[in-house]
Amino acid sequence: MKKNCLVTGVLTVFALISLPAFAVLGGSEASVQTDQIQLKASLRSTQAQTYTVHELRAATGLVVREYAAGGTVFGVAWEGAWPPDMQQLLGSYFDQYMQERKQQARNGPPGRRPVHVELPGLVVNIAGHPGWFRGQAFVPSMLPSGVAAKDIR
Amino acid sequence: MSYRRNFLLSIAATVFTGILITSVGCGGGSSAKSNSIVTSGGNVAQISVNGGPNGNYANGVFVSVTVCAPSTSTCQTIPNVLVDTGSSGLRILSSVMTISLPQQTGSSGPVVECLPFISGYTWGPVQTADVQIGGEKASAVPIQTINETAFPVPTACSNQGPAMDSVQTLGTNGILGIGLAGPDCFACSPNSGLGNPNLYYACPTSGCQPITQTLTNQVQNPVALFPTDNNGVIVELPSLSSPAPSLIGSLVFGIGTQSNNALHGATVYTVDQFGNFTTSYNGKSYSGSFIDSGSNGYFFLNSALTGIPDCGGSSNSFYCPASSDNLTAMNQGASGGSGTVNFSVTNADSMFNSNNFAFPNLAGPVGTSADYFDWGLPFFFGRNVYVAIDGQSTPGGSGPFWAY
Repeated sequence: MKKNCLVTGVLTVFALISLPAFAVLGGSEASVQTDQIQLKASLRSTQAQTYTVHELRAATGLVVREYAAGGTVFGVAWEGAWPPDMQQLLGSYFDQYMQERKQQARNGPPGRRPVHVELPGLVVNIAGHPGWFRGQAFVPSMLPSGVAAKDIR
Repeated sequence: MSYRRNFLLSIAATVFTGILITSVGCGGGSSAKSNSIVTSGGNVAQISVNGGPNGNYANGVFVSVTVCAPSTSTCQTIPNVLVDTGSSGLRILSSVMTISLPQQTGSSGPVVECLPFISGYTWGPVQTADVQIGGEKASAVPIQTINETAFPVPTACSNQGPAMDSVQTLGTNGILGIGLAGPDCFACSPNSGLGNPNLYYACPTSGCQPITQTLTNQVQNPVALFPTDNNGVIVELPSLSSPAPSLIGSLVFGIGTQSNNALHGATVYTVDQFGNFTTSYNGKSYSGSFIDSGSNGYFFLNSALTGIPDCGGSSNSFYCPASSDNLTAMNQGASGGSGTVNFSVTNADSMFNSNNFAFPNLAGPVGTSADYFDWGLPFFFGRNVYVAIDGQSTPGGSGPFWAY
């Protein structure tokens, strides 16, 4: 028991030191472990033919799936009653994502509907309603061959 | 939203729905019949689909709401509040308010909420108001006053998307959430047994910190706090065959509580813990489907799955078929209720090019991984849609459920 506490403590300290960004999308596959700590989530990893899926289940019921190949996370998908922190999820892609969201809010036809962000280097889709959110984000150029957008779910 | 349900209730609802379907079977099909709309009664408020306060909102359905400082005659009627069956709770822009309301304060300071919507978030203090809609009045309702400057917005909140904090960015003066839930965040309550998603904050001068919030103190569906007619609502809008500048209908309070709000032959569709049911289309089942008057179109699947092209350019959020497509889907409740939905999809760009604000057949994709149907406002045209609130009893069984 004591040993477990110590290990957890060390991991937490490690996370705090090594983690200004807590990058997910486009980041190192190793960041999955720090995401697990941040989300206080359980982790289950499964191997597909050309990639690995790391499924994180948080106590809130939020499920985040991180898709990785060659040590890099190329896509994330999530579902749950409430959305994850998009900055934590999108890492270095967050700024261009928010810029596009704000531009769409300014220029798009008014009314409430699902979100589609399609930039040359980033795709994000979000839909649902308060109490049920679902989304996916991926970097098109990072998709391993044979993997389609619909596989990130 | 999370629902506290037990299996006994579900079973009871299933058995009851079974009986209901049998009786509907005797009444014949209802899809082609036009709906009747109640216009009189103390439990009726007029609603209108129009361009909203900016005069440019597509498929927004609006109502007037009167808010008063609790137990006083200091009141203000706020027009153009979006009627939203997809959320719970009243949220009003502080910029349109001329009266002041008392701030809710907890043990750690003033209580402020961040509510994530798909389109963006609303941030602002929880305040208390008497809320009057039509002839019904709820006392001391916790509501959200949307205000970006009264308290600093936490990064975790602003990371959710664009701020919906003005008439320009919200497109309305407020949102009246009359969905399936009473309180707006079951998991935020101290005894939920779930992790706190941190929607509520205490904001003393030292800064805002996430807190748990009891269900009673949460921003909540005001209908559940009416003294009568408090088990749900009916949204009643006439059918619409082509785009129009406006469309008038009724918001009726209570289900089976008055002579004007009976279930009649409506089929009850039960929901899962997230407020969703299953829609089947083209031989595949899509769980996670829902009904939402706050979505301005039918949103479902994607071009690859439907074969319907999206509009491209700035309106790639919508479908743009060369000619109208007539489609059929089937809705199935989580534990009971099923029925066919016939609907059409019309080229969005061709409709937007007209000087209208009510659009039948407006539809769009939900994205590449998205396998569900959002039955938005066009679904309500020509249908009386019943929304039964979680935990409330009705002649159709205990809420939450949809019926139409």
